[in-house]
Amino acid sequence: MKSLEEIKKIREEKRAELDLRVNTASNSREKHILVCHGTGCTSSKSPKIIENLRRIIEEKNVENVRVVQTGCFGLCAKGPIVIIRPEDVFYSLVKPEDAEEIIEKHIIGGEIVERLLCKDVDNSVVKKLDDLSFYKKQKRIALKNCGVIDPENIDEYIAFDGYKALEKVLFEMSPDDVIKTITDSGLRGRGGAGFPTGKKWEFTKIAEGDQKYVVCNADEGDPGAFMDRSILEGDPHCVVEAMMIAGYTIGANKGYIYVRAEYPIAVHRFQIAIDQAREYGILGENIWGSGFSFDLEIRLGAGAFVCGEETALLESIEGRRGQPRLKPPFPANAGLFQKPTLINNVETYANITKIILNGADWYASIGTEGSKGTKVFALGGNVVNTGLVEVPMGTTLREIVFDIGGGIPNGRKFKAAQTGGPSGGCITEENIDTPIDYESLKAIGSMMGSGGLIVMDDSKCMVNLAKFYLGFTVDESCGKCTPCRVGTKRLLEILERITEGKGEEGDIEKLEKLSRNIKNASVCGLGQTAPNPVESTIKFFRHEYEEHIKEGKCRAGECKALMNLWIDPEKCKGCGLCKRNCPANCITGEVKQPHVIDTSKCIKCGTCITKCPFHAISNK
Amino acid sequence: MVNVTINNRQVEVEEGSTILEAARKLNIEIPTLCFLKGINEVGDCRMCVVEVEGMRGMTPACITKVRDGMVVHTATPKVLEARSVVLDLILSNHDRKCLTCTRNGNCELQRLAQEFNVDEIEFDGERVEKKIDDLSPSIVRDNNKCILCRRCVAACKNVQGIGAIDCAGRGFSSSISTYKDLSLNDVNCTFCGQCIEACPVGALKEKDSTKDVWKALRDEDKYVVVQTAPAVRVGLGEEFGMEIGTNVAGKMVTALRLLGFDKVFDTNTGADFTIVEEGTEFIERATNGGTLPMITSCSPGWVRYMELNYPELIPHLSTCKSPHQMFGAIVKSWYAEKMGIDPSKIYMVSVMPCIAKKFERTRDDMQGTGFDDVDAVITTRELARMIKQAHIEFTGLEDSGFDDPMGEATGAAAIFGTTGGVMEAALRTVAEKVTGKTFDKLDYEAVRGEQGIKRASINLDGKEVKVVVASGLKNAQTILEEIKAGKADYQFVEIMACPGGCVMGGGQPIRSSKDRATIDIRSKRAGALYTIDEASTLRKSHENPVLQAIYKDYLGEAGGHKAHELLHTSYVAREKYKLED
Ligand SMILES: Cc1cc2nc3c(=O)[nH]c(=O)nc-3n(C[C@H](O)[C@H](O)[C@H](O)COP(=O)(O)O)c2cc1C
Ligand code: SF4
Ligand code: SF4
Ligand code: SF4
Ligand code: SF4
Ligand code: SF4
Ligand code: SF4
Ligand code: FES
Repeated sequence: MKSLEEIKKIREEKRAELDLRVNTASNSREKHILVCHGTGCTSSKSPKIIENLRRIIEEKNVENVRVVQTGCFGLCAKGPIVIIRPEDVFYSLVKPEDAEEIIEKHIIGGEIVERLLCKDVDNSVVKKLDDLSFYKKQKRIALKNCGVIDPENIDEYIAFDGYKALEKVLFEMSPDDVIKTITDSGLRGRGGAGFPTGKKWEFTKIAEGDQKYVVCNADEGDPGAFMDRSILEGDPHCVVEAMMIAGYTIGANKGYIYVRAEYPIAVHRFQIAIDQAREYGILGENIWGSGFSFDLEIRLGAGAFVCGEETALLESIEGRRGQPRLKPPFPANAGLFQKPTLINNVETYANITKIILNGADWYASIGTEGSKGTKVFALGGNVVNTGLVEVPMGTTLREIVFDIGGGIPNGRKFKAAQTGGPSGGCITEENIDTPIDYESLKAIGSMMGSGGLIVMDDSKCMVNLAKFYLGFTVDESCGKCTPCRVGTKRLLEILERITEGKGEEGDIEKLEKLSRNIKNASVCGLGQTAPNPVESTIKFFRHEYEEHIKEGKCRAGECKALMNLWIDPEKCKGCGLCKRNCPANCITGEVKQPHVIDTSKCIKCGTCITKCPFHAISNK
Repeated sequence: MVNVTINNRQVEVEEGSTILEAARKLNIEIPTLCFLKGINEVGDCRMCVVEVEGMRGMTPACITKVRDGMVVHTATPKVLEARSVVLDLILSNHDRKCLTCTRNGNCELQRLAQEFNVDEIEFDGERVEKKIDDLSPSIVRDNNKCILCRRCVAACKNVQGIGAIDCAGRGFSSSISTYKDLSLNDVNCTFCGQCIEACPVGALKEKDSTKDVWKALRDEDKYVVVQTAPAVRVGLGEEFGMEIGTNVAGKMVTALRLLGFDKVFDTNTGADFTIVEEGTEFIERATNGGTLPMITSCSPGWVRYMELNYPELIPHLSTCKSPHQMFGAIVKSWYAEKMGIDPSKIYMVSVMPCIAKKFERTRDDMQGTGFDDVDAVITTRELARMIKQAHIEFTGLEDSGFDDPMGEATGAAAIFGTTGGVMEAALRTVAEKVTGKTFDKLDYEAVRGEQGIKRASINLDGKEVKVVVASGLKNAQTILEEIKAGKADYQFVEIMACPGGCVMGGGQPIRSSKDRATIDIRSKRAGALYTIDEASTLRKSHENPVLQAIYKDYLGEAGGHKAHELLHTSYVAREKYKLED
C-alpha cells in the first residue's frame, strides 16, 4: 500500500531518473537501451535480443546502462527495433547476434552501428526516430507511452504522469465535471461506431441501478488490426486508470476487461498492471482515502469476432454463448447482469487520462469539426512502412499512405485502401485526399471501424477483395439471424462464382439486392455491415465486376481462373527464361524471337510472369 | 396504455406490448417464424421486420416493445423486400420436398412461401446434407428441414427444463444438435414431444406407426383392436378444420370402424382401472407407512424424466401402468379369454395424444400377458392422416359409440386428458373409499386450471390430504426438488409431462404460432373434456360397472396379485447420455 504522498514521491523521483527517455538533451550519464517487446518484435526474437544484451552487459561489466523492454514503437515492418536513449538512435531489423556490436561499439565505444540504422523511403539513412518520415506526421496521444516505458513497471508509468488524472478526478472533479470534460473534448468511441464517449458516460451515470459496471472491450477482431493489443502491451496502466476514472464517474466499483485469448502478452501485462495497482493500493477499497473503491478483472475472449459486439461480449462475460442481444435496451441501461454498464474500447480509454490532464480544449483543438483527437491505424498491405500509426483526425489517406507509409512498394500503383476491415469499404484514388474522420469516411461509403487500414496496389482484384472479407464474415457470423447466417454465405458464393469465371448476367444486381437487405434486417453490427465491402467495391469498381462477368477478365490478374496470359511481342526479347520454367511446356519461340503461350495448355501457374526479366508477360 | 401509429392508423395498447401485438389489434398481419409467445421471443429469423420512424434499419415486430407515440410501418416496399429476401434465404437452405413432408398443408414456412408468391429461389446455393435421427421409438429429427428458428430449443429448455437439444456450431454451419450429436434416443430426451409441437416445419415429427397399423389391418389373421385416449377426441377435429375444443368422439369411432378395426374401445375404461388401482395403492401407502408422497405414473414422458433425472426418487412413483397399457393387458387377458380369441392374434393399437407412449409400449415390464400390452401407438395426428388417406369425409360422419363390453367409461376417466384430471378422478374414488361415504360434490376446482403447479388440501372426514398437481417438466422439477429436500408436506402428486396435460401432448394437432398466441388452446380442449365429465351419468371410476364385473370375475381385489401382474409395472434408473465406449 502506498499513500498518495508516496505515489507523488515516486513520480517525482522516477521522472527525473527517466528524463533521458524523452529528452534528447538530457545530460544523464546513463543510457537506456529500449527493445520492443510487442507481439510483432517478440515473434522476431526480441526477447532473445534483450537476453543477449543483458548477458553481454553483465559479462563485460558495463556500467550505467539499462536494457528496457517496452511496448510497440509502431514501425513493425522494421522490427525488431532497438532504440538507444537519450540520443534517440534508432536501430531496425536487429538480430540477437547484433547485441554484442551494439554494446561494444555504441554503448562502450560511443559510436553508432551504421549498418543497423534504418533506411527511410527516400533511401537516406536515418539516425533518430524522430527524423523518420514514418513518425513525422504522427501525433501520439493514445500511444504516448508505448515504446517509452517498461509496461511491466508501474513506477515508470507513474513517472510519466501515471495515476495523476485519477488523483485529479477523485479530489478535484465531480462526476459531472468529468462528463463535461469528456463531452467537451469531443472524444468519440474508437471501437467502430464512433459514439460520443461523454454522452455514453452520462447515460450510464444517470441510469438507475444499485450496481454498475465498467467494461473494456479488448476483443479486437478485425483481421489486420492490432492497436488495442499494442496499447495493452505497451501501456496497460493507462487503461486501468481510465477505467477507474469511468467507474468513479458513472458510479461503478467493478470493471471487467474482455481480452482476446489470442493476446497472451497483452493479458499477461494487464494482469501484472492490475496486480501492481492493487499492491500500491490504487485498485481496492477507499482509494487514497477518497471513499471510491474499484477493482478489475480480466475475462478471456472466446475467440469469435462477434464477441466484440458489445452485447455479445456481455453474454460471453456472463458465461453464455457470445450472441448479440436485441438493442434497445442498451448496455447503459441493462448491460452486464442486466445492470447499467459502460462499455468502451481500449483506445477510447487510452485517450481519457490525457484529456483529463490537458483539458477538453486541448483535445478539441486536434482533429476536425466532428471528429476530435487522433486515431491509431494499423497500416498494412501494399505499403512500404507497415505498422501502427497515430495521426490527428483529418489527416488525408494520401499523407498516411505516402508520407507516413512510404508509398507503394515494387513500383506499383495505388489502387485503393480498405478501412473498417470486414465492416468497411474502400477508398480509391479519387478520394485519397479526403481528410479522414468519421463523417467523411461514411460519406464515401467506408467507415472508420476500429482502425485497420489495408492498402492495395494495382495487382489486387477488387472482386477478390470483397470475397476475402465475405469469407471472413461467413466464418464469423454467429448464426443467430437468417440474413447474416445464410445471406453472407450466398454473397460469398456469388463472389466465388464471379472470380471463378462463372459469373452470370444479373449477378451484380443480385449482390446489391442481397447486400441491401442483409444490412437492413440483420440483428447486430456484424451482419449490418458485412455487405459493405461488396457494396463499396461495386460502387467504385463496378467495371471490374463487369469485366469478370462479361469479358471473363480479371485485370489485376488475381483471379486465376480468368488468367489469360500473353507475351507482348514488343517487350519480349526472346530470352527463353519463361519457356524453360514453364511446367506445362506451353511456351514456344526461337531464341531472340518473341515467344508465345499456348493458352489452351497453360495451367495458369504464373511462373512465367515472375521469370520474365522484361515484364513482357501479362494478363490480357 | 400507450398510443401507437401503425400504417397510419392509431391504436391504444397496454404498455409493454410488442409491435406484433399492437398490429394484431388493428388486424394488421405481420408474418413470423421464430416467434412463439412466452416460449421463444428472440427475434432471430427476421421474418417480422418492420420500419419504425426514427430507428435505424429494421426491427423485429415480435419482440420490439411499443413506445408511446411510436410510428410503425409494417408493409413498405422496403420491408416487403427484406422479408421476401429473408424467406428466400431460408428456403435456399431448406430441403423443399413438401410432397413427402408430414407438415404439407400445416407448415408455417410453406404457408409463407405461398403468401409471398415464391416462384423461384433467387438466392439458391449450397445446402449441407444432414443426417436424419430416427433411432428413437418416438421422435424423428430431420435437420434438412430445420430453419433454425430455435423454437424447439426454447420449448425443451425453457418450458420443460431439459435442454436435450441446442444450437451447435456457428454461422452457416449452425445446426440443432444434442450432446455430442448423439441420437435423441441416447440423451436426456424424455420424448415429451413439446419440441414437435413448437416446430413450425417438418424438421421434428413423431416416428410414424401408421404403416404398421395398415399392415395389421390388412392381415386377415390379426384381430385388430383400437383404443383412443381421452384427449384424442377433443383434438382430432382440428385436423379436419373443426373448432378447437370440439368433441368428435362419435365421428372418430365411426371413422375407426370404417378403417377396418375389429373393435373400437375407449382408453377411458383403462383410465378407470388406473384410478381404482392408483387410489388403492395410495390408501395402502398412506395406511401402511409406504413411501409418500406418491406420484402418478400415467405420463410416460414424465416417468422417463424421473428415471433419467431423479432415479433416487423412483419409490415415490406409483407402480400403476398408464391407462392404455392397463387396457391393452386387460384386452389380451380377460377379453381374449371371454371372447375365446388367441391373445397372440390380437393387435392392440393405441391412439394417443402422446409420442412418449410410443416409447412406453416398448418398455420392459409392459407385457402383462406375456405379449406386448400394446402393439402400436399412433398419435392424434397419425390417426387423422389415416382417415385422410382412406378418404373418409370426417366432418360428415355420423356419430357412433364405442364397442361393448368396454365402451362404458366414467367422466372421471375423461378428464384424465388434462392437468389436474387424474388427481380429481383419484380424489373422487379415494374420498369414498376412505370415508365409506358417497359424495355428490365431485368437482375439485382447486386442481383445475392452467397454472403449472396447483396445490390443494382436501378434507376427508377430518383427515387432511394435501395434494399437488404439476404439469410441464420444469414444474415437475420444482416439486421433485421439494421432495428431495424433504420439504414436501403433501401426500399425493399428479405430474404430467406436457404443460397443460395430454390435451397439449406431443402427439396432438400442431397449431401455428399465431394460434398459440391468440387462442387459449389448452382451456378449449380441456373444457371439452370437463363437458364430457359433466354430461356423464357415471363420474366415479369405481362405479364403472364393467370394471366392477372384471374385478369380480377375473382380477379379484384391486391391488391384488392378478391386478399387479397385469396392471402394474416397474422402473429403472437411466443414464442421461449413452456414449459408445
Ligand atoms: C461484429 C462487431 C464486432 C465488434 N468488435 C469490436 C472490437 O473488437 N472492439 C471494440 O472495441 N468494439 C467492437 N465492436 C463495437 C462494440 O460493439 C462497441 O460499439 C464498442 O465496444 C463501444 O466502445 P466505444 O464507444 O469506445 O467505441 C464491434 C461491433 C460489432 C458489431
Ligand atoms: S448479424 Fe450475424 S453475427 Fe449478428 S446476430 Fe445475426 S448472425 Fe449473429
Ligand atoms: S502461367 Fe505457368 S503454365 Fe502458363 S505459360 Fe506461364 S509458366 Fe506456363
Ligand atoms: S417443412 Fe414445410 S416447406 Fe418444408 S418440405 Fe415440409 S411442408 Fe414443405
Ligand atoms: S421430446 Fe421433449 S425432452 Fe425430447 S427434445 Fe423434445 S422437448 Fe426436449
Ligand atoms: S427443429 Fe424445428 S423448431 Fe427446432 S429449430 Fe429447427 S425448425 Fe425450429
Ligand atoms: S402429459 Fe400426456 S401427452 Fe404428455 S407425455 Fe405425458 S402422457 Fe404423453
Ligand atoms: S424475428 Fe420476429 S418472428 Fe422471427
